[in-house]
Parts: sequence; structure tokens; C-alpha cells
Amino acid sequence: MREINVNQLTDVVERLCIEANTHLPGDVKCAIETCRACEDGQIACGVLDNIIENYNIADRENVPICQDTGMACVFLEIGQDVHFVGGDLREAVDEGVRRGYTNGYLRKSVVADPVRRGNTGDNTPAMLYTEIVPGDQVKVTLGPKGFGSENMSAIRMFKPSAGLQGIKDFIIETVEAAGPNPCPPIVVGVGIGGTFDKAALLAKKAIMRPLDTHHPDPFYADLEKEMLDKINALGIGPQGFGGRTTAIGLNIETLPTHIAGMPCAININCHVTRHKTEVL
Amino acid sequence: MEKHITLPLTEELARTLKAGDTVYLTGTIYTSRDAGHKRMCESLAKGEPLPFDPKDATIYYVGPTPAKPGQVIGSAGPTTSGRMDAYAPTLMSVGARGMIGKGARLPEVVDAMKQYSGVYFGAIGGAGALLAKCIKSAKMIAYEDLGAEALRELYVEEMPLFVIIDCEGNNLYESGRQAYLESRNDK
Repeated sequence: MREINVNQLTDVVERLCIEANTHLPGDVKCAIETCRACEDGQIACGVLDNIIENYNIADRENVPICQDTGMACVFLEIGQDVHFVGGDLREAVDEGVRRGYTNGYLRKSVVADPVRRGNTGDNTPAMLYTEIVPGDQVKVTLGPKGFGSENMSAIRMFKPSAGLQGIKDFIIETVEAAGPNPCPPIVVGVGIGGTFDKAALLAKKAIMRPLDTHHPDPFYADLEKEMLDKINALGIGPQGFGGRTTAIGLNIETLPTHIAGMPCAININCHVTRHKTEVL
Repeated sequence: MEKHITLPLTEELARTLKAGDTVYLTGTIYTSRDAGHKRMCESLAKGEPLPFDPKDATIYYVGPTPAKPGQVIGSAGPTTSGRMDAYAPTLMSVGARGMIGKGARLPEVVDAMKQYSGVYFGAIGGAGALLAKCIKSAKMIAYEDLGAEALRELYVEEMPLFVIIDCEGNNLYESGRQAYLESRNDK
């Protein structure tokens, strides 16, 4: 049994909040730059150039890439041989978010109640997911999630008879309905299978997966490529001003599901797709 | 067309701007988003004045990050405008003319823009670090309790924007996409 003091977790979460919000991951930058090279419209190229200049400024000056520094989604993969000591795990994570958003001059965008509102003032609570895995390490992934794109996400419980075509149509329909709102070019995360809740979590995990990776099953890897091409034929383009680059990536995650169902969730993210991981 | 304009956004100036124009905007603008708009419209309903003179004013839908020491403002890109659709016609009815944001607007907003010669500008969503560079001063003028959503007066220089919807109702989201699809079919 390996003991880990929760204070260490607080420090890691604080650091990840700041770094994820100021430095865009390499795979996302690479995808944006590849799309820029394929774009030829004047406005579309200008928008992508500004997006590239923006993340370069953020890198150089250590400032947030986007003012919507999001809700802090925290994924902990906890080795089953780990024993946390020194305090409450959830409080330790929230303390890391509190410090990260305060010390990092990040925006506090969380309201305490969904209907009655009221800003919590420190961006807590984190949206925390824990998973028990083999081993004695803790993998911490932090993904700040903005809501301009979150609001454009969708979930549908399909009948199995809807088949692959049903899912394809749903993806296109969701991206089309989102139009310019989620700050295209976007990243599309698709979760298929599991239960209602698991499908949504899969879609969230899909947007956290690096854009230069593919689903391990060639059937879904091909579907990722096909759907990305179809989205980029819609013409919505950077910021919705028209052009080829509507999406810079599309990842699919899957799980077994029930004989009666085929859940499908689509989580949309903007071009500022942020995630950062550290292992304790 | 590329245009460099100086505020206030008079009716005469608004009428020269066309959907698809690239605009570099200089002058004083006001920040407001969800909670601020709700409060402004509640004030108007009670017959109270707004915290700023709305005549020919331009409102930027933004909730910036806090300024670091030495900064005028933190990152400050646009938020999704559609959430302000319920309030925008009311603000235009008392003289506000320019709106800066991103994303689609409802037909009611476009109708009000035609009626009051309003202009909807787009700033690049997600380019908050870049847009902050054109903000030369920032002053909190009301609703301080709303934090990021407080009402601020900003002075901007050469702020890069696109005219998305002009006062005749022409829409870059429609024309830009159509032009791209047509150009692709020609190839």
C-alpha cells in the first residue's frame, strides 16, 4: 500500500488548472496548423491566423487562451494500492481548483445553484470523476470546459434499428445546429453505448483524447475519419464565416450496451480544447 | 471591405457597414453579459436610467478573466450572443446600436436591428488573449457584485471585428457559408 498525502494532489490540481488554461496541447495546435494550410478563403485564413497568434500570446505571456476558463473537470485514475492520507479527497481537489483559479487569475464561472444561480467565487466545485485502476499511482487529468461549446452538446437514446446511419445523421445534425455558436473550428467527442450517463461521460473523455490518436477498433477509427470529412464539407468554417475547417478533430469512444438500446452522446468543444495530465 | 471606424456608432456610420466587412474599431464600449443584461432591462422596466448613456452605444458581450498585476484587463474574448437575445431589442429601443459577440441571433433581434439601425459585430471566439491587446483602459462602472459579469467601460483601439449582421439584415453566417460551398462546387 502506497500512502499519498492529499496535499500533493491539491498542488498538482492547482498547477494543472493554470497550465491547462494558458498552454494549448501540442496535438491541438498541430491540428489547427494543419487545417490552416488547407484553407484558402481570405476570411477563414485570417481567422485561423488570429487563433494561432492568440495561443502563441498565451504561451509567451502565461495568460489564459480564452476568457472562459471553464468548469474544472478532474479525472482521477487511482491505483488500487494507493491510500490517501491527510484529509478528504474531494476537499483536496476543490482546494486545488480554488488556488489554481485564484492564483492563476482565471475566471470564476461557477454558480452555486443551477436555477437560483449565485457565483461561488472560487470556481469550485470541480466536476470530479474517480476510477479505480490497478497499480499504486494516481493519474490526474484536468480539462477546463467552456460552456459556449458545452451548451451545443446533445444526447439521444436510439433504438438499435436506427443503426450506424442514425448515429451518423445525429452527429451531422448536432454540428449543423451548433453552427457558429461553439466557436468553430470545433472538436467533436462522440460517446456510443453504455447507459445514458456513461454515454455522456464517454463523449467527454473523447474530447480529452489527443487528436492524433484513433479508436483502437478500425471500424470506429474509419468512422472518426469519415465523420470529420463530412463535417468539414458542411462549409460552416472558422467562426461560422464559411470555409473548410469546421472541425479540427473527431474522437469516438464506445462501450457495450443493452440489447434494447444504442445511446449516443455528442460533446462539443471549441478550438481551445484544453487538457493536461500529471502522474503522482 | 476593410474599414477603420471610430465610435460612437451613429446611425449614419452604422448604415455604411455591410455584413462581411472587416472592421477595426476604436472608441469607448461597454461590457455586459447574462446577469448584467437582466439587471439593465429590469432597471428600464422600473423607469430607472442605465449605468451609461445608451445613445449610439456599443455593448461587448464579454466576461473577462481577472487582470494580472500590470495588465489593463485579463483575457477578453466574446461570449455567445444568443443568450442576450431576450434583452437586445429592449436595449436597442433606448438607443444602443452596436453589439459585439459571437454566434447566431434570433429573428426578433434582426428585426430590431433593421428598425433601429443596429449592427452586430463578431469578435473571434476563443481569442481572448489577442483581443485583450486592443483594450487600452478598463473601468468598472456598475454591478461590481457580479464579478466577471460586472459592467465595465472599455477604451479599445483598432479592435479586429467582422460585421456579421448589418442594419439591413444581411448575415455573414449565411453568405459566407454559401460563398464557400459555391466556390467548392466550381472547382
